Amino acid sequence: MPSDAPRIPRPVGMALRPLPLLPLSRFLQSVTTRMIKDHPDMLRRLGDYAGRRFLIDITDLPYVLLLCPAPGRMSAHRRGAAPEHDVRLAGPLSHFLAMMHGAEDGDALFFSRDLTVEGDTSAALALRNAMDDAELDLTEELAALSGPFASAMREACARAERFTGLHLHRTDPFGELI
Amino acid sequence: MMELVCPAGTPAALRAAVKAGAHTVYCGFADETNARNFPGLNFSREDLAEAVQFAHVHGAKVLVAINTFPRAGAEALWHAAVRDAEQAGADAVILADLGLLDYAAEHHPALRRHLSVQAAAANPDAINFYAETFGVRRVVLPRVLTVAEIAAINSEIDVETEVFVFGGLCVMAEGRCSLSSYATGKSPNMNGVCSPASHVVYAEEGGELAARLGGYTIHRRPKDAPAPYPTLCKGCFTSGAQTGHIFEDPVSLDATELIPQLAKAGVTALKIEGRQRSRAYVAQVVRAFRGAVEAQAAGQPLPKSALAKLTEGQAATTGAYAKTWR
Repeated sequence: MPSDAPRIPRPVGMALRPLPLLPLSRFLQSVTTRMIKDHPDMLRRLGDYAGRRFLIDITDLPYVLLLCPAPGRMSAHRRGAAPEHDVRLAGPLSHFLAMMHGAEDGDALFFSRDLTVEGDTSAALALRNAMDDAELDLTEELAALSGPFASAMREACARAERFTGLHLHRTDPFGELI
Repeated sequence: MMELVCPAGTPAALRAAVKAGAHTVYCGFADETNARNFPGLNFSREDLAEAVQFAHVHGAKVLVAINTFPRAGAEALWHAAVRDAEQAGADAVILADLGLLDYAAEHHPALRRHLSVQAAAANPDAINFYAETFGVRRVVLPRVLTVAEIAAINSEIDVETEVFVFGGLCVMAEGRCSLSSYATGKSPNMNGVCSPASHVVYAEEGGELAARLGGYTIHRRPKDAPAPYPTLCKGCFTSGAQTGHIFEDPVSLDATELIPQLAKAGVTALKIEGRQRSRAYVAQVVRAFRGAVEAQAAGQPLPKSALAKLTEGQAATTGAYAKTWR
């Protein structure tokens, strides 16, 4: 059975629907460019799969995201106008963020039907493995993009995390060696 | 305390395993020399050298699985893997092929050799042959033995035994199963992949999730039911009047409750499956089993396993150890 992880409330999703996509695409592009620059091993791990087009369908938001790792591009699109892609990964935002930050296991999310994969299954696996090894941290990427406001950004992310229950920073539950 | 041998498909997973309490971590190179040759997974030579250094600094060992069977004419790839594992400082290599064991014993005698589960050595004669002929120091036992059979084996051998206690459950005699080849042309023995993702397709059809392997529909699951991976041995088939999981249900192994019996049977090390899984899986499973082996060593009751949500089919079995097969 799918888990009862936090979902974006439906009214919030509906309120986001009319917003223009260009600013969101630009923001996603900045974060993606930075992540690929900071984690060059991701492309090495992806190998030939870096040329695939990954459609990330965030089911509790009105957008789908297209990630093309090789050219380092990411853009937002209306769900009804999804661009061509090789593989589609679908699930709520909370699970994508938890997987990205090492808090949840991608296979377990798939087994429980919280996450759906359609298309090139190999490419989906390669992306999951490459991102898992990169130990990404969205809060730190946003802080790095915020220049002199880095600590304010970290604080804002921590507040947002507490308020929404979403994983916005890298999980390292066993940071201290036992 | 029993030794906990934990999986790592990436350097990040290796660090997670060590931090969570792994005594030993096993991994493989990013090619067909190991039985988890999956996209985006495994270690480069540089990755391995750094990982060994990290593990050793933190008191853990690293084993390198070179446990597929070399293709005729391409043995150099497997020989290079053994050489590079030794150069990286690995504590042992896990081998299955007779020829490769012979090569390692002759050319890298100082490198400790473990026998992979892929060799399917399931009786004292076979194990003693590997020990006497190739200096094998530890045998990973096939997942088809009962605890009583493991105890009987240990009473007649001098080498260490390692058994699987958690993760994906191979129900066949490993190293001899070619089911995956029938549907995909690729097998764990030759290519390092069982039911490779390149041949897997999932499709939502009429409210059901269809899982196909090489074009064959292996499962159809209703909405919200757990979604298993389409491996043939855990597929849903019709045989005579019966439709169901003829060989085995899509469940995973969890032998936590058998740890005291396995210790009594003379087992040295407990192995967790899952090099293809994320660092989140590795951290949670290793932490849970570290607690279990510590409790066992202290003579305390074992903590109840709460790992079902991480398993395929969201359900677990004690497998052949307690012999409750159909």
